[in-house]
Amino acid sequence: MTAHGHVAISCIDLRKQFVLRHTRSLKEALVWLVKGRKGDLSKKFLALKDVSLEVKQGETVALMGLNGSGKSTLLKLISGVLQPDGGTVRTRGRVAGLIEVGAGFHHDLSGRDNVYLNGAILGMSEKQIDEKFDSIVEFSEIGEFIDTEVKFYSSGMYLRLAFSIAVHTDPEVFLIDEILAVGDEPFQRKCIAKIKELSGMGKTLFVVSHDLDLVATVCERGVLLEHGEIVMDGDVHEVVGELRRRSTVQ
Amino acid sequence: MASQVDQLVKPGSGRGLLDVYGDRFLLKLLVRKEIKVRYRGSVLGLMWSYVKPLVQFLIYFVALGIFLNLQRGTPNYAIYLFSGIVLVNFFTESLSNATRSIVDNRDLIRKIYLPRELFPVATVWVSAVHFLPQLLVLVGACLIVGWTPSVLQLAAVVLIFLMVAVLGTGLGLLFGAVNVYFRDSENIVEMIVMVVTWASPVLYLWTMVQEAMGQWFWIYQLNPMTVAVEVFHWAFWEPTLKADQLVADATPPGLLTLWLPVATLITLAVLFVGQLTFRRLAVHFAQEL
Ligand SMILES: Nc1ncnc2c1ncn2[C@@H]1O[C@H](COP(=O)(O)OP(=O)(O)O)[C@@H](O)[C@H]1O
Ligand SMILES: [Mg+2]
Repeated sequence: MTAHGHVAISCIDLRKQFVLRHTRSLKEALVWLVKGRKGDLSKKFLALKDVSLEVKQGETVALMGLNGSGKSTLLKLISGVLQPDGGTVRTRGRVAGLIEVGAGFHHDLSGRDNVYLNGAILGMSEKQIDEKFDSIVEFSEIGEFIDTEVKFYSSGMYLRLAFSIAVHTDPEVFLIDEILAVGDEPFQRKCIAKIKELSGMGKTLFVVSHDLDLVATVCERGVLLEHGEIVMDGDVHEVVGELRRRSTVQ
Repeated sequence: MASQVDQLVKPGSGRGLLDVYGDRFLLKLLVRKEIKVRYRGSVLGLMWSYVKPLVQFLIYFVALGIFLNLQRGTPNYAIYLFSGIVLVNFFTESLSNATRSIVDNRDLIRKIYLPRELFPVATVWVSAVHFLPQLLVLVGACLIVGWTPSVLQLAAVVLIFLMVAVLGTGLGLLFGAVNVYFRDSENIVEMIVMVVTWASPVLYLWTMVQEAMGQWFWIYQLNPMTVAVEVFHWAFWEPTLKADQLVADATPPGLLTLWLPVATLITLAVLFVGQLTFRRLAVHFAQEL
């Protein structure tokens, strides 16, 4: 329904630097100050270097790269969890991060309580959750366990409920980080079907996954990240091919 | 919401405490979760928030009221004592839980963007939920011994409740944010908590401090908690005194006209500094936790 054309995510010269701090103690920090700041209390590390990227509304983008290449960092910058040290990132519409499914779940609360808490954390209003509650439970296939504390859930149930809440938040932009490859076979198929349905509805998807075959079926465009830099941006099959080539060369 | 759809916005740039107001539903759920989780598997549940202050009260009453015989010079010493204890408990619980709130919620803060002020504010609400039953006990005790407060005194109670909540929030924001970087923050707060019961006239009388400090007494009065406790004495304890028990110097001179406004200003300043520090440090919470 939203036409291709409007920019959904705009990253311009994004730079993110992490400080690997060696101390959490005030005493050590003070000693360091008194001693004339000798030595390094911290080491700096550039996780993203001048990343520029534009994603249009309705596009489905797979973000690929080896471990530590900065994929999660980029997603966190887009969701607002992290703030850039340089450049700007801007988004249009509500962004829901499936950065890690089940973040915000509380083990000692029932499934029902967690649906409300997690729904609210992901930006839903009370009315929206009330309306979608049954649909959330149905999709998750949790059934009567909805009033059981989630610590008694199997990891599959846990994931299904979390995923179900997330897809019901109805955002404009979906950020998905490494969660598609979990859960059992049938539910995974269901998730993928749901994600395809979302993209069919014109939602913007930004997916990180190690399952290259999977992203190739879900996404149209691929972006390859290497050591915090975009090295390739194009058709998903080409990017997957390139990543495969690079992996075998190493 | 509509405007958000229409334009490009920078993610993760909030308006601090104002955003918490917009997220009242989530705040409510966080407060409820906190209370549910805290008393999970406990038989007495929320009753514990009565038991603890009562035990505390008994200890002080026996040790100070009876052994040190403070109750002789202070009529209705039990009321005097309890009104101070509940207020100080509210403050210390707010502050220590708010200080830990950011680190405790690190899993969430690292993964999802939320107005981070939600967490300290939620803990202050939880403390308020614990405080209100205690306040009822206090009111009950006051009524038994013949409490006849004026409207002004009742209004003062509400004002002091708000003031202490704001003070706890302000200091909680400050120490909670610093705690992300230096866990020493928790120890500093533990010290404040220890000191605050004794740095306000909870157990003893303000006149004793004046005798000891003389012309420097005003320094003692700069502590907003001191003023808060004194106003509580004025509102709860003084109206329970009979005509022949009335003490001339129940409250320090200028308590309402000078010290209450001063304490309110200091409290607002603390909130301002707390929010300012929090906002500056919050930018890097997710990566430092
Ligand atoms: N909070 C952090 N503090 C320090 N270093 C970090 C932090 N988060 C990520 N990094 C580092 O940044 C690099 C990129 O991480 P990440 O974005 O998680 O990679 P990916 O998701 O592509 O595997 C890694 O080397 C990681 O160690
Ligand atoms: Mg990652």
